[in-house]
Amino acid sequence: MEHIRMPKVENVRLLDRVSSRKAALGTLYLTATHVIFVENASDTRKETWVLHSQISSIEKQATTATGCPLLIRCKNFQVIQLIIPQERDCHDVYISLIRLARPVKYEELYCFSFNPKLDKEEREQGWKLVDLNEEYNRMGIPNDYWQISDVNRDYGVCDSYPTEVYVPKSATAHIIVGSSKFRSRRRFPALSYYCKDNNASICRSSQPLSGFSARCLEDEQMLQAIRKANPGSDFLYVVDTRPKLNAMANRAAGKGYENEDNYSNIKFQFIGIENIHVMRNSLQKMLEVCELKSPSMSDFLWGLENSGWLKHIKAIMDAGIFIAKAVAEEGVSVLVHCSDGWDRTAQVCSVASLLLDPYYRTMKGFMVLIEKDWISFGHKFNHRYGNLDGDPKEISPVIDQFIECVWQLMEQFPCAFEFNERFLIHIQHHIYSCQFGNFLCNSQKERRELKIQERTYSLWAHLWKNRADYLNPLYRSNHSQTQRTLYPQMAPCNFLYKFWSGMYNRFEKGLHPRQSVTDYLMAVKEETQQLEEELEVLGERLANLQKMQLNGNKIQSKQQDRSKQLGLSASTNSLANTPQEYGSDLKSFPSRSPSQGDEDSALILTQDNLKSSDPDLSANSDQESGVEDLSCRSPSGGGCLPSEDSGKDSDEAVCLAV
Amino acid sequence: MEFSELIKTATVESVLLAGTGLPPVRGTLCITSHHLLLSSCPGGDGQPGTVELWLLIRNVDAVEKRLAGSSGTITLRCKDLKVLQLEIPGMEECLNIASSIEALSSVDSVMMMYPFFYRPQDLRLEEGWHLFPLEQYFQKIAAETSQWRLSDLNRDFTTCPTYPAGVIVPAAVSDDTLRRAARFRQGGRFPVLSYYHPRNGTVMLRSSQPLMGPNRKRCPEDEVLLGTVLDEGERGFIIDTRSAQAAKQARMTGGGTEPKSSYPQWKRLHRPLERGRPLQESFIKLVEACNDASLSMDRWLSRLESCRWLSHVKVALSTACLAAQCLDREEASVLVHGAEGTDTTLLVTALAQVILDPGCRTMVGFQGLLEREWIEAGHPFHLRCARSAYSHARLKQEAPLFLLFLDCVWQLSRQFPFSLEFGESLLLALFDNAYASDYGTFLCNNEKERCLCKVKENTHSLWAWLNQPEEKKKYLNPLYSHNPLVIWPSVEPQSIQLWQGLFFRWIRPSQYLEEARAEMQRLVEANEAPAKESAGSRLSRSLSDPAARTENER
Repeated sequence: MEHIRMPKVENVRLLDRVSSRKAALGTLYLTATHVIFVENASDTRKETWVLHSQISSIEKQATTATGCPLLIRCKNFQVIQLIIPQERDCHDVYISLIRLARPVKYEELYCFSFNPKLDKEEREQGWKLVDLNEEYNRMGIPNDYWQISDVNRDYGVCDSYPTEVYVPKSATAHIIVGSSKFRSRRRFPALSYYCKDNNASICRSSQPLSGFSARCLEDEQMLQAIRKANPGSDFLYVVDTRPKLNAMANRAAGKGYENEDNYSNIKFQFIGIENIHVMRNSLQKMLEVCELKSPSMSDFLWGLENSGWLKHIKAIMDAGIFIAKAVAEEGVSVLVHCSDGWDRTAQVCSVASLLLDPYYRTMKGFMVLIEKDWISFGHKFNHRYGNLDGDPKEISPVIDQFIECVWQLMEQFPCAFEFNERFLIHIQHHIYSCQFGNFLCNSQKERRELKIQERTYSLWAHLWKNRADYLNPLYRSNHSQTQRTLYPQMAPCNFLYKFWSGMYNRFEKGLHPRQSVTDYLMAVKEETQQLEEELEVLGERLANLQKMQLNGNKIQSKQQDRSKQLGLSASTNSLANTPQEYGSDLKSFPSRSPSQGDEDSALILTQDNLKSSDPDLSANSDQESGVEDLSCRSPSGGGCLPSEDSGKDSDEAVCLAV
Repeated sequence: MEFSELIKTATVESVLLAGTGLPPVRGTLCITSHHLLLSSCPGGDGQPGTVELWLLIRNVDAVEKRLAGSSGTITLRCKDLKVLQLEIPGMEECLNIASSIEALSSVDSVMMMYPFFYRPQDLRLEEGWHLFPLEQYFQKIAAETSQWRLSDLNRDFTTCPTYPAGVIVPAAVSDDTLRRAARFRQGGRFPVLSYYHPRNGTVMLRSSQPLMGPNRKRCPEDEVLLGTVLDEGERGFIIDTRSAQAAKQARMTGGGTEPKSSYPQWKRLHRPLERGRPLQESFIKLVEACNDASLSMDRWLSRLESCRWLSHVKVALSTACLAAQCLDREEASVLVHGAEGTDTTLLVTALAQVILDPGCRTMVGFQGLLEREWIEAGHPFHLRCARSAYSHARLKQEAPLFLLFLDCVWQLSRQFPFSLEFGESLLLALFDNAYASDYGTFLCNNEKERCLCKVKENTHSLWAWLNQPEEKKKYLNPLYSHNPLVIWPSVEPQSIQLWQGLFFRWIRPSQYLEEARAEMQRLVEANEAPAKESAGSRLSRSLSDPAARTENER
């Protein structure tokens, strides 16, 4: 609290990014965990909550006649523009936020104060939801070829690896340790995915310390052991996910890549995915395009191409597809690495696993996948997502790219995933929110030292509890798309990679389809179930009772239910009811109330959210559960029929300035 | 002319067909007056053949031949953007087939086209031609106001050769005044009613440009006509689909635009929309880019940008929204015109109605809209859709305005997935039929020509075919639920997408998307099944029934 110079500022204006003419007057509050803006408008009191950990940058702009503008950019791609009347207040808010947004100790993070009112047992249960030993068992391991190794039990071999590592049976502790000494940060080859149908596997490591000529017998033995663990195949792919030039440059620093001559029966392959710095800049450029004020189609397409973002996404996908094909079609095992083996390697291994194994396309399986390829193998969440104040050059949207790859796949295979887009968006949100302990720190070792599991809650349990919100209605476990390996189109398929406005413009509701097919179909699905159940009940009653009256009552209540549902879906329709700015030269043509309906419907919904007693909901406010999220399922929101839009404008007579 | 004179070789054996998305197949190629057929005999000679290809020759946009040794390959690029390959043994046969297809596909006489020969068994000739009489449309307006009348001054097409016989005009303006006003408008296209907005009684009119010329001519009757539409003190908007500069320049060639001084109640807004050759070129470039397999990801978006197609979509949608906004929000009447008033004008008025009027978003309403605002309104389909994106022929008057309209409607359907009763498949079918069809609906350039050719007497209507219950089912949107509101789309670049279903229809395998569509259908039907059985079904059905719901709201 000592960092808050200014807990409350009144008469602050919150600008609308799409329409600059719209601004809401309200009060700004700074708390230990959130920035909160409460609108003055007495009927609505709309609230906007932003977690400090979501803030990625704060910009104080030159004071104007109307006040001092403050621009807050968030890691979940929300952009908040405030105008604070007094320069001094603005400065105080600015200084406070600078400090609040950059905590220096883990203990300052929200997850250590967040309390969802679960008892100890529930919390422990939550952490047990995802169990990696169980996952390797599911893959069929341990077996004749693979075993669990305790060589890293006290992080003695590699401090960024988990304690439990799966390696070929023939790889002795001597080989593992020897190999680890020949690998960057001692990240030796370990099992990421095993395909029990054909024994092919995906292993991962960091780059070898080969320089120009160095060799390591144990490392060579390690790769041979991996190859031999797949008796059906006589060679092993080694995939270096870096551009060849980068890998060659590393040789000068005593690192580099495997020499095919030194390793028996490997096929070496470069797949050029750029490094974290390139990706950081690419995202930055793309977000600048998203922030353009009424861009033309050309501005947008050029900007998007120049950012290179989709090209990078495709590079990651291509690498994943290559590996999935090697495993599924050729039955060949693959060793994947980049430099340290914790960014590109994590991306590529997880994309490949997702393509290969339908289990990872279920909700639970996806949690397991992130736990396996990202959390346990020491992806540096703290550094990459800037949870604690640190080196800005370490920050990079590595997992964001993976999440986008999943979305791109969902667009191509609409029936293949058990979860929907909202699930991905919420995971992205919580990677940055620090509301749950899952993504804290840079390694398992650090997390154990901090006793994360005893002191914080697990996101997985939270998502699992609300899983109904995240279901894809088109998913059916017996559908053909859910069964096999997914083979995305290779070429020509440029057009398949699309800009994800649902993520990068997720707070600009006006840009998105105004009606949610997912929510509608979920409601339909549930209604079908209800109707079938009721039909059964009705049937029973008819059989048992002779009285027709009773039956009639039932009919009435049924009908009300249905009207409620329809009412709600119609209220989402009312979003349709807002013209946008269709021309910049309409200044001489004052629009009466461009977005009346929009705000109204949004407000009803946010209020519902905020009044909810669920602390989690209030913490995330409407940014997280936007209009679309309030699906037709919630009966509380029912009954609000679309308001006659004609009435709204009449009191605001504006003459046409012709 | 006899078709047989154009057919140099009627059949060739052992032709290999590829490019249908299925494995290549060998069979007998056959050319008839209007069709290209390929039948294979999988079970040997004794078996009846399976027809593998049944292609309307009118659908062929370009024929490319490549000879190699004693055989040749013909690539057929179709107007619906499909590409087929025929490998023909024998050089002479190959050349003959190619030139026969070329000759048959460029027959330009309307009366020789297939619709005049097509006689399906389950349809009657007159069916579907009088589904949407203007009288009926007018009656709906007349029920609300007496300010408009249905005039038949154009019954012999002399006042305006591109207008239909009946037009809706202000009740207070006499036919005589209209005739004079027509002389002041290019092609006689004087302002007529396109849409009446029942919520506030404002109207959308359309016309062609006024013939001001360099001397700034005026026409009192035209001024009266437009003046009558607005009450005293009321304002109206003229949306000119050309830039202010272009409108001004048009005076040099006898055209122009309404000056403030002569039309004091009307405010002009300029929204330049592309048409003519630049639009056709945009279409050609886009199709080229979509077919370019060598294009890498880092150049795809700039290539897409350089085609300009999405920019045209954005501008068309914004302009239609502007017109809709004038009517619904500003409560002001609107006149839309460009130059001839047969292209961008119709694009804007038709699109604005889809946005404003829930009636136009039903299967039947949309057909009525097309009939009224495109076909009868005199969009020159015969000229505009003579060639598609592959043709090597010199461009004449081709321009894909109708496709642009369909694309914009597709964008609306994507942004409002429950609000349109029909799905993408209808839009695709309309595109196909506008360029090459078994039916007479899109033949000719205007009603006058259709009368001369006796299109309605001698061809079948597309609507009759589409509205057969079994056929209709294919085009319905399973998620449709009546939305009584105006649908305001987002026109931000983030919200506008390339219509993959059309431009990649023959390129990308769409199996997974089809499966998703089927799954949606399944879910909705599963919902209907128990609802039907349920005793409460009638009540809940009446709730979702459009008519019943509007009743409730009133």
